[in-house]
Amino acid sequence: MDIFLHQLPIVVNALNVGFLQTLKLFSVTLLGAFPLGLIIAFGSLSKIKAVSMFTGFIIWIIRGTPLMIQLLIVYYFPGLVLHNPIWGGGEQGRFLAASLAFIINYACYFSEIYRGGIQSVPVGQQEAGLVLGMTKSQIFFNVTLLQMIKRIVPPISNEIITLVKDTSLARIIALQEVIWAGQAFMKGSHGISGAIWPLFFTALYYLVFNGIVTVLLARLERKLDYFR
Amino acid sequence: MPILDVKNIRKRFGRLEVLKDISFSLEKGEVLSIIGSSGSGKTTLLRCLNFLERPDGGSIRVNDEVLLDCADPSTLKESQIRRKRLHFGLVFQSFNLFPQYTALDNVMLAPKLLAHENHTWDSVKQKVHDEAVELFANIGLSDRMSNYPHQLSGGQQQRVAIARALIMHPDILCFDEPTSALDPELTGEVLKVIRKLSEQKRTMIIVTHEMEFARDVADKVIFMDGGRICEQGEPHEVFGNPKEERTKQFLARYNQK
Ligand SMILES: Nc1ncnc2c1ncn2[C@@H]1O[C@H](COP(=O)(O)OP(=O)(O)O)[C@@H](O)[C@H]1O
Ligand SMILES: [Mg+2]
Repeated sequence: MDIFLHQLPIVVNALNVGFLQTLKLFSVTLLGAFPLGLIIAFGSLSKIKAVSMFTGFIIWIIRGTPLMIQLLIVYYFPGLVLHNPIWGGGEQGRFLAASLAFIINYACYFSEIYRGGIQSVPVGQQEAGLVLGMTKSQIFFNVTLLQMIKRIVPPISNEIITLVKDTSLARIIALQEVIWAGQAFMKGSHGISGAIWPLFFTALYYLVFNGIVTVLLARLERKLDYFR
Repeated sequence: MPILDVKNIRKRFGRLEVLKDISFSLEKGEVLSIIGSSGSGKTTLLRCLNFLERPDGGSIRVNDEVLLDCADPSTLKESQIRRKRLHFGLVFQSFNLFPQYTALDNVMLAPKLLAHENHTWDSVKQKVHDEAVELFANIGLSDRMSNYPHQLSGGQQQRVAIARALIMHPDILCFDEPTSALDPELTGEVLKVIRKLSEQKRTMIIVTHEMEFARDVADKVIFMDGGRICEQGEPHEVFGNPKEERTKQFLARYNQK
């Protein structure tokens, strides 16, 4: 018990550092994937056949292959194939590579949700705006957008909750996120080795984080409940 | 001089010719009813007038201004369409209110956006608001202004949609089967509002299956069949003494019901 009380602050400190990295990757992914997903959605809705087919092809590849492989390729491809290791060897470079892979991957998933959202707003809404003399962009921002957001919040919420757990995949390129930090105590870190219990603590971090995210998203969903 | 002059409008979707040489005119303050069986092109005609569809041929004049002439490319510019569209208003069969806005905000949205563009919103805000409130009094929904569309009955929603169209001061207000999506007991309240507008001498084009109403409120009736105007005239002529065989058949079907 004494040992545990002695080790606890050390473990919590290390896990906090790892969790900060997890949180950073989570936030950067959302910040990048939300707008990029919209651009990809417009691409796949494009009336220009070449654009929509190309976009559809990219989405197919990204959604059809594991994020883990995409991470490995993004991280190792520049160095091993192009002989230009743009990411460098440090934690900073690993974080950038992970961010890029996560943003592209999640943007593709988001784009499909956006597309469904855009298409699910009845065309009559747009026409009602047009006959009242609104411009296309006025209609998008004042009529369509909120209806679209209302419809995409539930499926986007599912993706966001998956993302919380998916961030752990970045461990494959040795990004020092929270699971990496927890697992280090099995091999030996900060003078502690062979300890499995820090991993249970790590799981606790995920549970709490997911709990908070779930509550926030449910609150947003309820906020949009005032209209149908 | 007629307020609206439509000449030789033609429209096809792919190989389907939906409007074949439609011509008619309308005087200011007149009400035109368009009747005809489903698929005869009534909706497409209204959509052409409101620039939701571009005709393949023909011309549309309002107040002697050429809004559209398919033979004159200078009238087809996309950038002009928005201004031209405002000569017309359109009330849809399915209301199409904006669900995220209250009834009052539905009515005020379009004038508000227009005023914002011209940086005049602060000075016209009160006026627009007062006008909207007055419109709500006219449609008998003063106590429902702060309700959202889903809190209103179909008939109430359609009355709000009429107010929303009126606040843009269209020269000609078009209705596409305004009561067809309503339960029978709710059609009366909408027809009452339209009747009131006709008493105020609003120029209107009403596509409807309510024959009695059309006969009652219209100054002029057009019977459409297969993309053509089969017969047009005053209501007592078209309803009371139809000349064309197709019109007789169509009306007979309605009288049986
Ligand atoms: N966007 C469209 N594309 C193809 N065909 C259409 C389109 N809109 C209408 N039509 C066809 O045009 C014909 C006339 O339709 P419509 O104007 O809606 O008739 P109505 O309002 O008198 O019932 C119908 O056969 C309909 O299927
Ligand atoms: Mg129709």
